[in-house]
Amino acid sequence: MVPKDLKYSEEHEWVQVESGLAIVGITDYAQKELGDIVFVELPAIGERFAQMEVFGTVEAVKAVSELYTPVSGQVVEINQKLEDTPQLINSDPYGDGWIIKVKLEDQGELNNLLSPKEYQELIGE
Amino acid sequence: MPYIANTDEDRQKMLQAIGVASFEELLQAIPQEFRWRGELSLPPGCSEMEVAQEVAALAGENSGQDQLVNFLGAGAYDHFIPGAVAQLLSRSEFYTAYTPYQAEVSQGTLESIFEFQTLLCQLTGMEVANASMYDAASAMGEAALMAHACTERKDLIVAGNIHPAYLNTMRTYTQGLGLTIKSLPFPEGRVDLAFLEEMASEETAAVFLQHPNFLGILEPQSEVIEVAHRVGALAVVCVDPISLGLLKPPGAFGADIVLGEGQALGIPMSFGGPFLGFFACKKELIRRMPGRLVGETTDRLGRRGFVLTLQTREQHIRREKATSNICTNHALSALAATIYLSLMGPEGVQQVAELCLQKSHYAQQGICGLSGFELRFQRPFFKEFAVQTPVSPGEIIRQLVSQGLLPGLDLAQYRMGLDDCLLVAVTEKRTRDQIDRLITSLEKMAL
Repeated sequence: MVPKDLKYSEEHEWVQVESGLAIVGITDYAQKELGDIVFVELPAIGERFAQMEVFGTVEAVKAVSELYTPVSGQVVEINQKLEDTPQLINSDPYGDGWIIKVKLEDQGELNNLLSPKEYQELIGE
Repeated sequence: MPYIANTDEDRQKMLQAIGVASFEELLQAIPQEFRWRGELSLPPGCSEMEVAQEVAALAGENSGQDQLVNFLGAGAYDHFIPGAVAQLLSRSEFYTAYTPYQAEVSQGTLESIFEFQTLLCQLTGMEVANASMYDAASAMGEAALMAHACTERKDLIVAGNIHPAYLNTMRTYTQGLGLTIKSLPFPEGRVDLAFLEEMASEETAAVFLQHPNFLGILEPQSEVIEVAHRVGALAVVCVDPISLGLLKPPGAFGADIVLGEGQALGIPMSFGGPFLGFFACKKELIRRMPGRLVGETTDRLGRRGFVLTLQTREQHIRREKATSNICTNHALSALAATIYLSLMGPEGVQQVAELCLQKSHYAQQGICGLSGFELRFQRPFFKEFAVQTPVSPGEIIRQLVSQGLLPGLDLAQYRMGLDDCLLVAVTEKRTRDQIDRLITSLEKMAL
């Protein structure tokens, strides 16, 4: 499942831009590959990350994966529900399983990301 | 593992299979100039009988704990080991130094490690303990890395009276990471709180304390932990597990990491080990804790079972971002400690601790009653104490060893300003008669 209204990174994050805010999560393909997610290491609110910098990690039972910010900016909100229910990423990767919200700094960076079609090709769907 | 023969014919087939004519050809990638061509400088061969005789003669030059009455401690202690420990350890089901690689197949081994973790939590008053480490020194090195990872700070304040070997290992572990180790002075044998308050800052990742310290003295543990927490640093306490039969555990004072040397728990003293490191911490730090961890769970039928848990911290999954490079433990030593603690029980450990306390104080009073011998620090101690001697400690050791007594450790070898001091340890194994013999021998050297 690759929603048409999002942009994607090659590291399997998705980003949705809404009035200057970029909502970031990992794709349905990524959560399936990882399996049952048991822990998410989230950044602190106020931390700033450059595009494609590591902002956290996601842990499944027998795998760990880094999380990369698809766009540069300061973290303004983190999904606190993930602290107790990280499995939201498995059940609803594009909805309740969102991970962070970043204040978008450079609209142009979105051009470096993959379109839904390009991402589908990347994962061979 | 089945026995598989390896004949000339087998080797030829193997070489053929990989497409080379000879073993020499297999090695051709190694440049000629790096190959050894000469003869090794070794004496001519001996018969097995001659070798056995020569080695026996060399071994005979050693004096072990069987020949000497031992008052030497300093990290390796002569505690009694019940015969059942060795008996159970030598069972072939247990006889491996490592955690099993196909972990969940070995439920019995995992259960024994789970019991070890539980016992260590009970002893230290902590929430979680790992499956063990190599020794106290490596546990301390790992604690330094963990404190750095948890706090993202670079300063480590270490009590200057922690075992010098542990501090050396810690330096090895932390070099290259840009961490700074700051030594906390101990003017009266134990750490000075005023110095600590001055040194502790927002840069401090952790404060390290040994309690009782290398000199056997009790430390102001709760105050040190409080100062560490005030600046947001972790408090790391290295303990003698036997002392916890009497002393309040560091967990009760809010220590973040408790580690130590487990050799006292049923493991013989030996040069080079194997010893046993234990490592316990607060639950909130578990994802940064090094080492293997066994957890209790239920299988699909609801039956009790054991698994290696939180493996995502570990190197085989997290690769270069792992919490540490330890993906193993000292399983056999941990089992020895588990058997020891199970046999002794809380009352047994308490009894051992009480005997150590009483006997060491009896010895101290006797020795310090001799003219020229003085207790170096007038501080409460557990089972070990530093005595200032009228003759150099090295000379005392030379003379007493010839009388079958090992009187203690010569502190002159460490740059601690205690060159005229002997560190004496007294365990529950020392009889009144043996202690009196030590005092009588020292009396001949009194002023």
